[in-house]
Amino acid sequence: MKLGIQINEGPYQHQASDTAYLFTKAALEKGHEIFRVFFYHDGVNNGTRLTTPPQDDRNIVARWSELAEKYNLDLVICVAAAQRRGIVDPDEKKRHGKDADNIAPGFRISGLGQLIEAGIQCDRLVVFGD
Amino acid sequence: MLHTVNKSPFERNTLETCLQHAKDGSTILLIEDGVYAATEGTRFSDTIKKAMETKTVCALLPDLKARGMHEKVIEGIKLVDYAGFVDLVEQNERVQAWL
Repeated sequence: MKLGIQINEGPYQHQASDTAYLFTKAALEKGHEIFRVFFYHDGVNNGTRLTTPPQDDRNIVARWSELAEKYNLDLVICVAAAQRRGIVDPDEKKRHGKDADNIAPGFRISGLGQLIEAGIQCDRLVVFGD
Repeated sequence: MLHTVNKSPFERNTLETCLQHAKDGSTILLIEDGVYAATEGTRFSDTIKKAMETKTVCALLPDLKARGMHEKVIEGIKLVDYAGFVDLVEQNERVQAWL
């Protein structure tokens, strides 16, 4: 089955990002296809590589990057939500004249069309949030 | 149709809103703080029991365990793990998250 995942909540906020990760991992382990994971609203904060949780805590961002590498996932961050919250990739850095970028490995910044496409292409769109 | 509720009924009214809209025969999955609704002896226990007359109510066991509530679950609620959550999504043509 082809699944789309939408995440509206940041990491370490409540539990939505953890639930989304564990659901996605369970779906992949069952052999389902994850067409795309779309990070929207505060969910874009899941995509900064500068996060540094204590060593005995889970690293939510790195966990997504590792899962993306293992299963070749498409992790998409909403561009308008990212601009507001300071999530920047090299292109956005150049475009807005910023002094740094912070996007984590495996993530890319794109538009809402990617969410709509996931809604059309997938058998199910599962939403996690606040 | 699968409905997910992720907040405690003591904090938000999403469970009640969900139950007002969910059709008979649909499945409600309680996750995160939503699992508090699955526990016996609260003012929402009867709400859940009434819903179970016409709908299937499930709760995510890892979230119940994380809150120490897994031994207080209302009888008849189906407990699932993350793999079971995935199966529910597969079995239902639509999934609505009541956020």
